[in-house]
Amino acid sequence: MPQIVVECLTKSYFVAERAPGLIGAVRGLVRRRRRRIEALTDVSFSLAHGELLGFIGPNGAGKSTTIKILSGILRPDTGRVEVDGLVPYEDRIRHVAHIGVVFGQRTQLWWDLPVIDGFDLLRDIYRVDRAAYIQTRDELVAMLRLERLLDQPVRQLSLGQRMRAEIAAALLHAPSILFLDEPTIGLDAPSKLAVRGFVKRLNRERGVTVLLTTHDMHDIDALAERVIVIGHGRVLADGTFDSLRDQIVAENPEEGDDTASLAIEEVIARFYHLHGASEV
Amino acid sequence: MELTRPYVAAFSARFLLMLQYRAAAFAGFLTQCWWGAIKIMVYAAFYRTSHASTHPAITLAQVATYTWLNQGLLALMPWGCDPEVALAVRTGAVSHDRLRPVDTYAFWYARAAAYMTSRATPRALLMVFLAGIAMPLIGFHELSWAPPPSVAQAALFGLSLVLMVCLSSAFMMLLNVAVVVTLNDRWVSQSLNPLLVVLSGSLVPLALYPQWAQRALFFQPFAGIVDIPFRIYSGNLAGTPAYEGLALQMLWIVVLVWLGRAWMARVMRRLDVQGG
Repeated sequence: MPQIVVECLTKSYFVAERAPGLIGAVRGLVRRRRRRIEALTDVSFSLAHGELLGFIGPNGAGKSTTIKILSGILRPDTGRVEVDGLVPYEDRIRHVAHIGVVFGQRTQLWWDLPVIDGFDLLRDIYRVDRAAYIQTRDELVAMLRLERLLDQPVRQLSLGQRMRAEIAAALLHAPSILFLDEPTIGLDAPSKLAVRGFVKRLNRERGVTVLLTTHDMHDIDALAERVIVIGHGRVLADGTFDSLRDQIVAENPEEGDDTASLAIEEVIARFYHLHGASEV
Repeated sequence: MELTRPYVAAFSARFLLMLQYRAAAFAGFLTQCWWGAIKIMVYAAFYRTSHASTHPAITLAQVATYTWLNQGLLALMPWGCDPEVALAVRTGAVSHDRLRPVDTYAFWYARAAAYMTSRATPRALLMVFLAGIAMPLIGFHELSWAPPPSVAQAALFGLSLVLMVCLSSAFMMLLNVAVVVTLNDRWVSQSLNPLLVVLSGSLVPLALYPQWAQRALFFQPFAGIVDIPFRIYSGNLAGTPAYEGLALQMLWIVVLVWLGRAWMARVMRRLDVQGG
C-alpha cells in the first residue's frame, strides 16, 4: 500500500495587478484587478514506503506548491491527498509530527540561537523523549559532521554549514518521510556531495521515504531512481531518468548517437522544450 | 506537562533571548523615567489647583504610584504585533510555524507573552530601584512608587497582573492575525494604539474622567490592561470593585482569545505562501 497518494490535485491563487506609474496607483485605489494563476492543474502520483523520488520541473511549475500541500501548509482547491492515511491539511497537527521538511531557501532554525539551543527547542516542540532525542541528535551530528558548529549562532554559519544543520533539525523527531525543497541550492561542491551522501544513506539505511525537488540534475543522477517531471501544474513524466532520455531520443531519431550521449542537463532542457514547459 | 511542553519551551526560549538586549532595556528605562517625571509634575500641579480635590476619586499619591507602575510596565501593553511574526510573514517563515505539531494560536500566544514580559522585567526592576527606593530616600514620599497598602491587595494585584499579561497577549494576537491578512506590519499593527493609550488609562487614569463615563470606561476591554490592575495595586480598587475588575479581565480574555482563534482558523484555511 502506498504511503503517499496524490490524486487530481488543483490549486490556483490570485495575484493583484496594477498598471504601472501614478495613474495605475490612483486607479488601483478605486478598482482592484486580480489575475488567477493556476499553480496546479492536475497532479497525481503515489509513493511507496522507502522510495526516493526526485521532483523536477522549470521554475514556477508547481513543485513547491505540491510540497506545501503534502506537508499540510496549503490546502488544494480540489483533489485528494493522503499521507500515512491522514489528509495533511485536515489533520495538520497529527500529520506534521511524522514528517520532516527542509526548504532550501528558508531557515527553520532560530537565527540568534546557537544551533544546539535550536535543536533543544525542537525537541520540546515535537515532544521527543529525552533519551531518544540524545541518541538521534548524536547520530545526526556525527553523520552530518556538526560537532564544531553546535555552539555557534545560526546567523554565523556558512550556507553549507547551515544546510547540514537544517537537515539535522528536520530529522530530530525521527520522521518517516522527508520533504526536501531544493536542498542543494547555492551550495559548493563538497557540501552538495555531503548532502547527497547523507540523503542516500538515510533512505537506504533507515528506510526514510524521501521526496526532493531540485534544479541540479546531478542530485537526480546521484539520488533518485524515480523522477517526476512537472510543468504547467501537471505531471509530464513519471519514471526513471533513462526513460526520459529514451523519449528524447525517440523524438529526434535523425540525431541518433548524439542524443544518447547528451548531458543530463541537456536532456532535461529538451524535455521541457518538448512539452512547452519552460517558464513564460 | 507533555501537553504544554512546546508552549513552555517557546516561552522560555524567547524570554531568555530577549533578556540579552541590555542597551534597549536601559534606553527604554531612561525614556520612561523622563515621561513619568513629567506626568507626575503635571498631576501635582493639577491636584494643587483643583477645587474638587477634597475627596478625589483617586489621590495624588495613588496617581503617582499608578504612573510609575505604568511607566515601569509599559512593555506589557500591546503596542503592535509581535515583530517576530511580522518578520515571519514577510519572509514566508510562517510555513515553518505551520509545520510544527502545535496549535499555532497557542504557540504564537506563548511567544507574545514572552516577548512582553521579557522586555518589561528589566525595565520594571530598574524603575522599582529608582521610583520605589531612591525617591523616598531623598524625600519625595508622596510622589514615589509606594508599596501596596496590604498583603491582600498585593495578592489581588499579582493575579490582576497575570491577567493583564494574558489580556495584552490576546490583543497582540489579534494584531498578529491582522498582519498575516494584510502583510503590512507597520500601520495595521499600530492601528489600535490611539484607543489603547486613552482607554487603558495609560494617558490619564480612568478615574479622572467625568462621573457619567465611569461605568462604560470600566467595562470596556482596554481597562483590564492598565487601569484595573494598577488601581488594585494602590488600593483605589478594593473589595467588591476589585473582584469585579478581575472578573472583567477574565471575561475579556475569553472573548478576545475566542475571537482571535476563530479569525486565525479562517485565515489559515486560505493561507497563501508564495514563491520559492
